[in-house]
Amino acid sequence: MNALLEVSRISKRFGPTIALDNVSMTAQAGRVLALIGENGAGKSTLLKTLSGAHRPDHGTMSIDGQSYRPAGPIDARSRGVAIVYQELTLAPDLSIEDNIMLGRSGTVAGTLLRSRQRQRVQKAMDQVGLSSISPKARTGDQSVATQQLIEVARALVSDAKIILFDEPTSSLPAADVDRLFQIVDTLRSRGLAIIYISHFLEEVRRIADDYAVLRDGHSVGAGQLSQISDDQIISLMVGRDVDDLFPAVPHEIGSARLDIDRLTAAPVPHNVSLSLRRGEIFGVAGLVGAGRTELLRCLFAMQPTRSGTVRLDGRPLPQRINARRRAGLGLLSEDRKTEGLAQNLSITENLSMGNHQRYSTLGCLNLNARSEDAKRWIEKVEIKAQHPNQCVAELSGGNQQKVALARLLAQDAEIYLLDEPTKGIDVGTKAEIYRIMGQLAAQGKTVVFVSSYLPELLAVCDRVGVMSRGRMTEVRVTKDWNEEELMLAALAATEDE
Amino acid sequence: MSDRPTPNHRARWSVLLRHGPSLALLFIIALFALLDWQFGSGRFFSSRNAGVIVNSAALVAVPALGMTMIIIAGGIDLSAGTALTLCGTVMAIAFRDYTIPADQAGAATWIALALALGLGVGILCGLINGLIISLSEMVPFIVTLGTMTIFLGVGQVLAEESTVYPQNTHLPDWLRYLCYTGSNTDYYWFSFLPIPSSALIAIVLGIAVALLMHFTVFGRNIVAIGSNPLTARLCGIRVGLTTTWVYALAGVFVGLGALLYFANVKNGNPSDGTGKELEIIAAVVLGGGSLSGGRGSILGTIVGALIIKTISSGCTMLSIPNTYTHIIIGVIIIIAVLIDGLRNGKPKWLFARLASG
Repeated sequence: MNALLEVSRISKRFGPTIALDNVSMTAQAGRVLALIGENGAGKSTLLKTLSGAHRPDHGTMSIDGQSYRPAGPIDARSRGVAIVYQELTLAPDLSIEDNIMLGRSGTVAGTLLRSRQRQRVQKAMDQVGLSSISPKARTGDQSVATQQLIEVARALVSDAKIILFDEPTSSLPAADVDRLFQIVDTLRSRGLAIIYISHFLEEVRRIADDYAVLRDGHSVGAGQLSQISDDQIISLMVGRDVDDLFPAVPHEIGSARLDIDRLTAAPVPHNVSLSLRRGEIFGVAGLVGAGRTELLRCLFAMQPTRSGTVRLDGRPLPQRINARRRAGLGLLSEDRKTEGLAQNLSITENLSMGNHQRYSTLGCLNLNARSEDAKRWIEKVEIKAQHPNQCVAELSGGNQQKVALARLLAQDAEIYLLDEPTKGIDVGTKAEIYRIMGQLAAQGKTVVFVSSYLPELLAVCDRVGVMSRGRMTEVRVTKDWNEEELMLAALAATEDE
Repeated sequence: MSDRPTPNHRARWSVLLRHGPSLALLFIIALFALLDWQFGSGRFFSSRNAGVIVNSAALVAVPALGMTMIIIAGGIDLSAGTALTLCGTVMAIAFRDYTIPADQAGAATWIALALALGLGVGILCGLINGLIISLSEMVPFIVTLGTMTIFLGVGQVLAEESTVYPQNTHLPDWLRYLCYTGSNTDYYWFSFLPIPSSALIAIVLGIAVALLMHFTVFGRNIVAIGSNPLTARLCGIRVGLTTTWVYALAGVFVGLGALLYFANVKNGNPSDGTGKELEIIAAVVLGGGSLSGGRGSILGTIVGALIIKTISSGCTMLSIPNTYTHIIIGVIIIIAVLIDGLRNGKPKWLFARLASG
């Protein structure tokens, strides 16, 4: 087999932290390589090294047998290496065409050569299946899935030979994931080498041929996917056996606590009625835009409701966030970067936000009690940090999520509204979050768990409801669901209307 | 080689940078003392000049304390300058028209009312800003740009487009000597401590605000709102209400600043305020305040005010024309913010050089 890209014994350190230690890897033309590892294992650093954003301290890289030492992202692109990032990096106000050509527009004396450019753009858009959309359309008006494909098209116009995908599906609903996979398939058959980072093993199985596992900056395994089991991959990733990806905590379901009656808001949710019980984990499935996030935000009064009532233990809840919070509701935001956490503040500061009454008298803080409390939570949910005053932005995604979750636990809520709590975090941390959810249920709390990842809903929840176009179309006990039926229910109602 | 500063580099710099404004102040004082000793009159490094600098810095620092809270909360108040002179004008009018000579019986009540009126106008100005910003959710910059002109206009209407001069006899002694910087120790609050009373007031207020910011839930909520208003909202902090309070409280400091200013010039001219807001904001920024919110320091702000006034005083001593003083202060503000950026690893090119060199 012909190795298109060879990475040989590269190391990279940031101050005292060794991000990559003697990592080697090969990617072959016409094959998809899955790069697997927990958060903080060094995947992103490796990808950034490949795409020219970082330069390795030691080691060599080569493309087609020729030495590859990119001076920067532009140099990398000219050598045929393109990257599609996890978070979209498109300018929403520009047209699709302008976004695709951004940074590589053919110009004469600063003037764009529109016609020549348009041919290249059209060709790239055809290749990613976007031929039906006008290249002049505003990028911000497109769906997240389309924007992702625009990013891929952007990689294609630069005649990339190697395309790096950094968790491309974490923001996509299931139907669009299929579309992305078809595109990846096409790219593979055209002889490109693809390196694909993902947290979802079944996704890796569907799309990739080879795997490479990183742990704590070391390469710990590589080979063909057909020759390794999921359990083996996971034990390579975490360095120990994870017998149980979904640790079950026995809990008992009690009486009704939260009664939602015909809750309606503009534009979604629509006419949602539900009764949630003590000690219950209630899963909410559905496509992106089905109204799951909006349902949670209406319950937490972050979004105005048009009609319908929400009762906790029979008492109607007032329409104010802090009143609902005091009544015992807590929300974990789906977006920990821009909403869930104040990124430039410390862990302590984030943990105590809104929870100050725990260590204050008449509005005056006891700073010692506050930092003791922060230390306790850091230990309890095992946040990996240098010290409690470390800035949240410096933590890995999984640890950030633990900070947000710990703040919610410190609030000591009765009803936990968790919006995609496991999005973009590693397997080990996911398992810990499932365990925390189970423990909450065992304490008699109620957990509402919104997720796009069906296996976790089916493994963790007591009941699962499906939302579609703002309506809660079907609720069943978990054992009466399977993945296909859930997917079908999410899609079916959409087609009805 | 990396495009981010490594922890080592940061650690090495951060100790210096944390005390950056204070070190800069010491450096500037030393520089001017040296220059003045060599080329000037030698009066810069004298206790009398120190009194003058400290007094004029206090006039900036007191309203800047409120501005620091606003900036930490992620806002800005462009109307602080004209609001301050509006308060001053109102006080001047009250003293001119509604008080009796200070040595007559019963004058104290009228004096208290006149001062309370001025202070009340300050709170009202802040409250108006706060309410418009939190209810309309407009950008503070635009809102206060509007109220800046409004307050100026209101002041001019009240003052009938001229300067208001109250009768000197109507002003009580303590008020007249609030900003006294002369050599007669009897006019200071503590005759053994010849520091202008205005500076003592600024220090006491500064300590109070620092305590408020560090040790109260309200203070931490201000930081939370400035860092990320969405997170604050999610955590049940009432963002609109807190914001309104911050502006109203800043209005108190505008009112107190106006009291000092009135005591200093003993008249009321509404047009004096134009441009003052920028001096106030500059003091906050020099002290390490970030206009994107969430960061700012009370000590820094006071030091910032001292830096500005030390430079203008030093330039005067060296007979550098006023126009050049403006240029120098402008350059220093830009350099200060650039250096302060080092704390966050900016600019990146500098760290890239340091790491590879």
